Amino acid sequence: MLAAPIPPPLTLGDRRRPGWRAWALITPMVAWLLLFVIVPTAILFVYSFCERDEVGGVIFHFTWENYQRVLDPVYLLIFARSVGYAGLTTIICVIVGYPVAYYIARATEERRNRLLLLVMVPFWTSFLIRTYAWITILKQEGLLNGLLQSMHVTTGPLSLLYTPTAVVIGLVYAYLPFMILPIYGSAEKLDNALIEAAYDLGAGPLRAFSAVIVPLTMPGIAAGTLLVFVPAIGMFAITDLMGGAKVPMIGNVIQNQFLQARDWPFGAALGVVFMLMFAVTYGILQSRLARPKS
Amino acid sequence: MSLLPLRSRIPSGLKLLDWFLRGWTALVFIFLYVPIAVLAIYSFNSSRLNIVWENFTLHWYARLWADGPLIQAAKNSLLIAGVSTFISVVFGTVGAWLLHRYRFSLARSIQTLVAIPMVMPEILMGISLLILFATAGVSLGFTTVIIGHVTFCFPFVLVAVQARLQGLDPALEEAALDLGATPLQAFWYVIVPCLRPAIVAGALMAFTLSMDELIVTFFIRSAAATTLPIQVFGLARVGLNPMLNALSAIFIVATVAFVLFSNYLNKLSRR
Repeated sequence: MLAAPIPPPLTLGDRRRPGWRAWALITPMVAWLLLFVIVPTAILFVYSFCERDEVGGVIFHFTWENYQRVLDPVYLLIFARSVGYAGLTTIICVIVGYPVAYYIARATEERRNRLLLLVMVPFWTSFLIRTYAWITILKQEGLLNGLLQSMHVTTGPLSLLYTPTAVVIGLVYAYLPFMILPIYGSAEKLDNALIEAAYDLGAGPLRAFSAVIVPLTMPGIAAGTLLVFVPAIGMFAITDLMGGAKVPMIGNVIQNQFLQARDWPFGAALGVVFMLMFAVTYGILQSRLARPKS
Repeated sequence: MSLLPLRSRIPSGLKLLDWFLRGWTALVFIFLYVPIAVLAIYSFNSSRLNIVWENFTLHWYARLWADGPLIQAAKNSLLIAGVSTFISVVFGTVGAWLLHRYRFSLARSIQTLVAIPMVMPEILMGISLLILFATAGVSLGFTTVIIGHVTFCFPFVLVAVQARLQGLDPALEEAALDLGATPLQAFWYVIVPCLRPAIVAGALMAFTLSMDELIVTFFIRSAAATTLPIQVFGLARVGLNPMLNALSAIFIVATVAFVLFSNYLNKLSRR
């Protein structure tokens, strides 16, 4: 009896074509993202053109009024302030974090791993707890005031908390690890030969740094900026805790519109403007995330 | 130091630069660690005020343990983080495998879609989910919080598993299939065991993200479904509270354990 013909083995290409089972398995995940990320964003957009009624409900009636209110100098100032604080935080994080990231990337492997672990702990520690740590230090009856008074540097307690400086300290402290890690990522890939070449060509350390090292680590700086600048604009918890009600940021205003003032359409309009700012920042940074070509 | 070129012509500024980097790094680590160390140390201080050190005490830990709302919030957080992590791991692992294994016609769009929750500002996710639930008439509670948490957690699991899949030998699955395993069996008995370190690392990440999340939760929770960060935020706004020091110390110890364990897993998966 003749053996039944053996079917030719499937090639990898055949196996990689998704069948109905693969589609059925991936659909829930895609549907989840559409339903809980894309659809809500679309509804947010729609709400921003709606009116509100007296009790905080939403009337589906087209209006530009919410966006006109966003252009009110009061809110423009708050937007500008948020971007200013976030920008200052980002710049300080780059200046403070860059040397650290660079040092870790150039260290011997054993030391590098140990230092990385030291960055990971604050990176993963809840920002609330880390902000609270600064409250205990800066509060009127806090540690720093106690220390200054016991050393007779000052006679009375200084107001350290609820100041713009406190807000910046809180933001930098919260976001610094998020800047160090991506810069480390790109500094670690630096080719030593390129730096040596710069020295051989007569460049001093500063020139080698500005002409070779910084451009090559730009993707890391861009990624770090994305992780620091964008969240810092919308952060309301740290500004609330460190700044009190004195320095409202755009995050505080949005939060207030949704949870206290109950003017959702206006809050949505503020959200849409923030989203546009996020998209523009992302677009600018995206082009820098790619490795520069030599 | 690897900073120094191996040539004999070492620019004179380089040694100085190395010392500068070393000193700077030390200072930054002091800046990063002193506040949390102080926080943890003062959790054992018997004085209510932070300024003076009186005696060693575990009083604040006892008070913390007896604090009904905080313990309830902690239980809520553990429940929410547990459920969110489980769903995230299933979504993330299956999703990563499918995207790696099959050439979907929309693969790139799906990949972009997955990345959005990771980069989207949390406050925007919070308000848009709140509007969605309000429009759909869903009342806020545990379910809505879990939905929110899964949405920003599972992409991190997916990316972690994808990174591991990249280093996986495709011959492993082929061998299983050639030996007569169905694709599902190959996945469950061959691929998943290989992915275990990445799955555990991703799960830990999801759990931590969920435990620490404040901003999104702020908008989509109910009074009953209050999480620990929300409760802590409320207390921290009022002022100093030694119980918060105690709680922070517990969190810091847990974070250190988490980081060390993740590091260990990382070493495992690189092998």
